[in-house]
Amino acid sequence: MDYTIKIGGEAGQGIQTIGGTLARLFARTGLHVFTHQDYESRIRGGHNFYQVRLSDKPVMSSRNRVDILVAMDKETVPLHRNELSEIGQIVYDSSFLKQNYDEAHFLDVPFLELALKHGSRIMANTVATGSVLGMLGMKLDVLNDIIRDTFGKKGEDVVESNIRAATAGHDFAASNCSKCSFSVGANGRSPMNAKMLIDGSEAIGFGAVASGLKFYSAYPMTPSTGIMNYVADKEEEYGIIVEQAEDEISAINMALGASFAGVRAMTGTSGGGFALMVEGLSLAGMTETPIVIALAQRPGPATGLPTRTEQGDLQFALYTAHGEFPRIIFAPGTPEQAFYLTNRAFELTEKYQVPVIIITDQYLADTQWTFDGFDTGRIEYNDYRLRGDDLEKLPEYKRHSYTESGITPLAVPGDSGHLVVTDSDEHDEEGHLVEDAETRIKMTDKRLFRKMPQIKDEISPPTIYGSSRADILLVGWGSTYGILKEAVDVFSKNRNIAMMHFSEIYPLPSPEKFYYLKVLENAKIAICIENNATGQFACLVRAETGYEFRAKINRYDGRPFTLEGLSGEINEHIKGL
Amino acid sequence: MSTLKDYRGQHPAWCPGCGNFSILKSFKDAMVEMDIEPHQFTIVSGIGQSGKFPHYVRCNTFNGLHGRALPVATGMRLVNNEHPVMVFAGDGDCYGEGGNHFMHAIRRNINVKLFVHDNQIYGLTKGQASPTSMEGMKTKNQPFGVFSEQLNPMALAIALDCSFVARGFSGDMEHTKELIKSALDHKGFSLVDILQPCVTFNKLNTFEWYKQRVYRLDPDYNPEGRAQAFQKALEWGDRIPIGIIYRNNRPILEERIPVIIDSPLVKQTFDLSKLEKTLKEFY
Repeated sequence: MDYTIKIGGEAGQGIQTIGGTLARLFARTGLHVFTHQDYESRIRGGHNFYQVRLSDKPVMSSRNRVDILVAMDKETVPLHRNELSEIGQIVYDSSFLKQNYDEAHFLDVPFLELALKHGSRIMANTVATGSVLGMLGMKLDVLNDIIRDTFGKKGEDVVESNIRAATAGHDFAASNCSKCSFSVGANGRSPMNAKMLIDGSEAIGFGAVASGLKFYSAYPMTPSTGIMNYVADKEEEYGIIVEQAEDEISAINMALGASFAGVRAMTGTSGGGFALMVEGLSLAGMTETPIVIALAQRPGPATGLPTRTEQGDLQFALYTAHGEFPRIIFAPGTPEQAFYLTNRAFELTEKYQVPVIIITDQYLADTQWTFDGFDTGRIEYNDYRLRGDDLEKLPEYKRHSYTESGITPLAVPGDSGHLVVTDSDEHDEEGHLVEDAETRIKMTDKRLFRKMPQIKDEISPPTIYGSSRADILLVGWGSTYGILKEAVDVFSKNRNIAMMHFSEIYPLPSPEKFYYLKVLENAKIAICIENNATGQFACLVRAETGYEFRAKINRYDGRPFTLEGLSGEINEHIKGL
Repeated sequence: MSTLKDYRGQHPAWCPGCGNFSILKSFKDAMVEMDIEPHQFTIVSGIGQSGKFPHYVRCNTFNGLHGRALPVATGMRLVNNEHPVMVFAGDGDCYGEGGNHFMHAIRRNINVKLFVHDNQIYGLTKGQASPTSMEGMKTKNQPFGVFSEQLNPMALAIALDCSFVARGFSGDMEHTKELIKSALDHKGFSLVDILQPCVTFNKLNTFEWYKQRVYRLDPDYNPEGRAQAFQKALEWGDRIPIGIIYRNNRPILEERIPVIIDSPLVKQTFDLSKLEKTLKEFY
């Protein structure tokens, strides 16, 4: 079983409510779910859709074919009817769309009339959700639970009328959809073996909260705002301050101030905002102040396509900011990786006092995945700061004293009689500005050369999925993890194929330690697949290792890869092999 | 008891005769009179001659980027509201490069003390016009004279209902010291704009120029009235008032944030045991 439901309509029509409810509900019955959204940069109107894929096997990408199309506006029908699968059905309300379709694969459900009958017009979404369940032959009990969770605070009346509206939609669809041949198995599915459902933004936010984050400052920018939303929701429970800054320059400087004062701090933005943060990134490098920066990419240059996706800022994140200092870059491929990598980002920035950038994109930020669960026991939390008595009893403290490792413990200012001094100018061990050549060399050695080998040693190898001695290698980084893995599944029946996915991308994993270059060299073809125009990761690999990809697949229309589209392109490369 | 000896910092690299020396002296005297020790506060500074100030004080120091001292100070105060944070900035630093942060720090009313070394010129970059340079002043880079209206930091701050607005003159050290003490005693975002000569580059607003014009506000002057304060703030030319021009009791940001009412964030421990409950919210 592997169905796709697409809900299309104008912004502001509640498409997210229907899609989000369905996704949660399927996850609660133990199904695997993958959702993605496509929206325009507007508050109301336009055309948007929310796509939910459900299966009894793990799913981690979207399909092109749609089994149930929920048309909340007229435009949805012509735009998406050609995506219908053989058993596909379009459910709509003829009074909404002011149009009747007589074809067999259309189901006219009076969303509005049933909503008015059982409550108010606002419940049309609940009727629509109920009717999808009716078409699928699913029971209503899980939906009723979600209605109670969602509307419980608004009182029993609201709960009851929503349940009646859902039931009406469900029963109408179940008895009128004679062509519906869907089956979700397990007797219409009741709550069992519930899976967690989480998107990339939430996973980073949760990862940060789970790492002891205390301060998050940001300026809202799509597609990074979801992280700020998640953390702000946890302010009270976890004792966190989220400050909306006047601009991104302020956001990163505030976070650095908070970090200097003694807590774990983070900021998040997209490419344009990151450009404004760049001087602050350099300041973090010079003052050795820990900071985690989430960079959620969207297509540029400039404002680009604000609500769409691209992996176009890798080279920017790698080489931006003046001067020479170390940095760490992670690019999670799934919400699960995002959760654990955000935790590692905090550990490493605190341990080495170098900035860590977590790169995602609109696609990963907004896609929801199901997992059996995250293991909070895997969360690492070490306080690397000098505070309280441990600090007070030190005979002497110099913020930037030379050490074997290049790392000088960061003391909390005001926590002892010791002074904590740092400077954006080149400085001496105490932190006071200097200009002499000898100190300059020693400080650069401390900040850069002493730390870099240790940092490199922390980096994990790429994930290999599929054949261990593959002829065909699909190579990628960041958000393409799911699509590459599914592409391997498509071809592995008759091809010796594997995925090589990098989520810890700078510094690159050590080729001496992990032999991934050998795997690349031994393959008949290694295709570097990237959601950008120029193959930025391929450039990085060549610059750092000398290995040059001879085959590349690049998509740069602002949309994510789809399995059908990508498989076709892979086939072009491998058909002669 | 703190003493002047505690505040013996690096040897200043300012030009001989620079107004900064007087400000430094006033500041150290104020600290000693208030019996504050160097580790009990942090100075955040930007770039310019004023940016070097904390190195010459000997205290906790974050000497950051040009124009960005206020955001750093804000971040520090939000996570540790028991630790006083002061900003020493210049007129170009604070009103030019960092103008946006200046406006929004006032709006937030974060309890940071901002001292602006205002010499109406850029010193470190060798003599260009600053936002507070007077219209018509000629420089190497403004050969036809400054065309823009002179920024009035007092009036701007009062327009934004800044909690404490004062002007000092480096040449009146006793008065400057008292202003610094008043600002530190005040609860709320405090701006003290300190006029000072730049002996090397500002040939217009010299020590003599200021000396002839500045006058201490009348002891009967009441800084609580906003409209009257705004009137006072507009006074510039033959006579320039120094002293506390405006003051109010707006609540500070730190006291309005529920999570730090009992203790500052920096003293709150992290409890990993809550994570399982949070994880359940995803089901």
